[in-house]
Amino acid sequence: MAGIRMQGIVKTFGKTTAIKEISLEVKDGEFLVLLGPSGCGKTTLLRCIAGLETVDAGRIFIGDRDVTDLPPRHRNIAMVFQSYAVFPHMTVRSNIGFGLRMKRVPKPQLERRVQEGAALLALEPFLDRYPAQLSGGQRQRVAVARALVMDAPVLLMDEPLSNLDALLRLQARADLKRLHREVKRTTVYVTHDQVEAMSMGDRIAVMREGVIEQCEPPMQLYTNPASQFVGGFIGSPPMNFLRGRTKAGAFEGEGFSLPMDGSRVEDGRELLLGIRAEQIRFGERGVPARVQVVEPLGATALVTVLVGKVPVKVDAPVNTTVRPDQNVSLAFEPADIRWMDATTGAALAH
Amino acid sequence: MTAVAAARSPRMNARTWDRVLIYGSAILLALWVLVPFYLIFLSAFSRPNDVFTYPKPLLPTDLSTETMQTFLNSTGVFASVINSIAVAVLTIVISLAFGAPAGYALARFTFRGRQAVQLVILASKMFPVAILSIPLAVAFLRLGLYDNVLGIALVHSAMALPFVVLVTAGVFAGVSNELEEAAMTLGCSRLTAFLRVALPLALPGLAAAAIFTFVISWNEVFASSILTLRQRTLPALVLFALQQSPLYFKFAGGFFMVMPAIVFIFFMRRYLLNLWGGR
Repeated sequence: MAGIRMQGIVKTFGKTTAIKEISLEVKDGEFLVLLGPSGCGKTTLLRCIAGLETVDAGRIFIGDRDVTDLPPRHRNIAMVFQSYAVFPHMTVRSNIGFGLRMKRVPKPQLERRVQEGAALLALEPFLDRYPAQLSGGQRQRVAVARALVMDAPVLLMDEPLSNLDALLRLQARADLKRLHREVKRTTVYVTHDQVEAMSMGDRIAVMREGVIEQCEPPMQLYTNPASQFVGGFIGSPPMNFLRGRTKAGAFEGEGFSLPMDGSRVEDGRELLLGIRAEQIRFGERGVPARVQVVEPLGATALVTVLVGKVPVKVDAPVNTTVRPDQNVSLAFEPADIRWMDATTGAALAH
Repeated sequence: MTAVAAARSPRMNARTWDRVLIYGSAILLALWVLVPFYLIFLSAFSRPNDVFTYPKPLLPTDLSTETMQTFLNSTGVFASVINSIAVAVLTIVISLAFGAPAGYALARFTFRGRQAVQLVILASKMFPVAILSIPLAVAFLRLGLYDNVLGIALVHSAMALPFVVLVTAGVFAGVSNELEEAAMTLGCSRLTAFLRVALPLALPGLAAAAIFTFVISWNEVFASSILTLRQRTLPALVLFALQQSPLYFKFAGGFFMVMPAIVFIFFMRRYLLNLWGGR
C-alpha cells in the first residue's frame, strides 16, 4: 500500500499554465477528491499522477518511489476514465483481464481474479458480452472492475460518474464508496460535482485556476471555507455573501448594521459577510430584506430574499408563512458568520 | 386482403411506401452497377463470333469459355496478371507502411505545421503523371528501376499515399485516444497499446484503405504503360493490345480486369461491414 506525495508540480500547455506549483499529500488508503470547475486543472493533475502527462517541474512520489520519470505502466496505478475507455473489441472478460494479461499473470490466477472482480461489481452475467451490448452503467462498472483487479495500491478516477443519468449516479456513488471501504486503496477522485465530493471524500482539495484553494475534510470545508470561492462552490445553495465596511466595531452593509464581536478588524476595511442558507432565520430584528421567491422543495422551502439588491438564499421550514414582496428581517448567530476580505476573498482568521 | 389492411391503417400504408422507395432505389442503383458487368460477362463467355449477334440473348443460353481461353492463352496475359498482382501488393505494403504512421501522427499529435503537412499531402496530387512521366522514366532508367515491378509499385504508392494518409488519419482519429491511454495504465507501452488496442480497432478502416490502394494500382494504366516495356501490368497490356485485337478479346480483357477487384472486395467486405459487438 502506498500514499502519494506531490512536491511543487507545475504543468503548462504552450502558454497556458494548467497547474501552478501544487504540493499535496494523499495518505495511504485515503479517498481524496479533487474538486473544481472545468478548466481548473484537476484532470491535468490526475493525469500527471498517472503519468499520462509529464510535469514541467516538481516530483511525484508513490509510496517511497519517485515516479516522476516513469511511464504509466511502471507507476503501480490503475485508472478509471471519464469515457470509461472500455475496449470495444474485447468481451467484458477480456477487458477485465487485460491488465493482468499484460502483466503475464498465470492463467488460473488470472481467471480467478477476473471472476472476483466481476463478482465485486455484479458483472458475472455479462462476462461474455461485448461493451456495445452493455448499458452505460454496466460499462462504467467494467471500467472500475478492470482497474480494481490490477491490485494497484493507487486508484485514480476521472469523473467516473459524469456520464450516468441522475438515478444511476446515486447508486454508483454509493457502490464506489462501499468498494473503497472494502478494498482500502489510496484513491484520487476527480469531479466537478460538489455533492459527489462531499459524499465520498475523506478530504476534498478544491482547485481553482491551477491552485489548490483548500484541502480539508468535507464538513470543515463546508463550515469553514478558506475563501469566498470555496464557500460559493461548496454547498447547495452556495454560501451567501453580503458586502460591507467596518465602522466603530460594527459591520455596515447596505441598509443594515451588525455589531462585530471584539475589535480585531481595523476601521474602514471592506469585508464580506458569509452565511449559510440554513443558518438564517426569519426574526423580529436583524438584516432587513424583501422576499422575492418561495420555492417549496419537499423537506424544506428555499426562499430567495433581496438585501438591498443582493439575492440571499434562506433555507426555511416548508410551512413557512413568508410570501413574495413581504418585508422580513434575517437573523443569524454571530458564531455562524464567516468573514472574508472583500478584495482577496480570503477568510479572516477567527 | 392486404390491400384492405393497408387501407385501414394509414401508418402501415406510409411504411409500405417507404419500403417501396428504399428498395426501389436500391434495386435501381444495383442495376446501374450490375448491368454493364453482366453484359461484359455475357460477351466474355460466349463464342467469339456471337459477340456480334443482335439482339443479344439476355439469358446465358450458350455459354462458352472459348473467348476467355483465347484471351488467357495469348502471349503475355498470364505474366502481366502476375505483374499486376505483384505491383498492387507491393503498392499496398509500401503505402500502408508509410501512410498509416503518417495518418496516425496527424490524428494523434498536434505539432507545428500540422495543417501545412495536410495541405502539402493533398497538393502532391496536383502534379499530373503525364508531365512527371518523362523525367520519371529517365530517372528510373538511371536507377535501374525502368521496366521493373518495384518501379511501378513506387509510382503507384506515390499516387495512393495522399489518400492512404488522409483515410488512415480519419480512421485513427475515430479510435479514442483514451483507449490507448487506458491500455498504457494497464501495463502497455506506447507501442503495445497501439498494437493491442488502436490497431485492431482501426483494422476495418485500414482494410478499406488497402482495397482503395489495390483498385488504384490495378486500374492505373498511364504510368504503367510508360515505365514498362516487357514487364507489362495487365491494364498496360490491354491498352497496348487494344488497337490490334478483336472486340471479343476486349470483352474478355475487361471481364478479367474487373474480376479480381470484385473478389478482393468480397473478402474485405467483412472488415468493411463489421461493427464491433454487433452480430
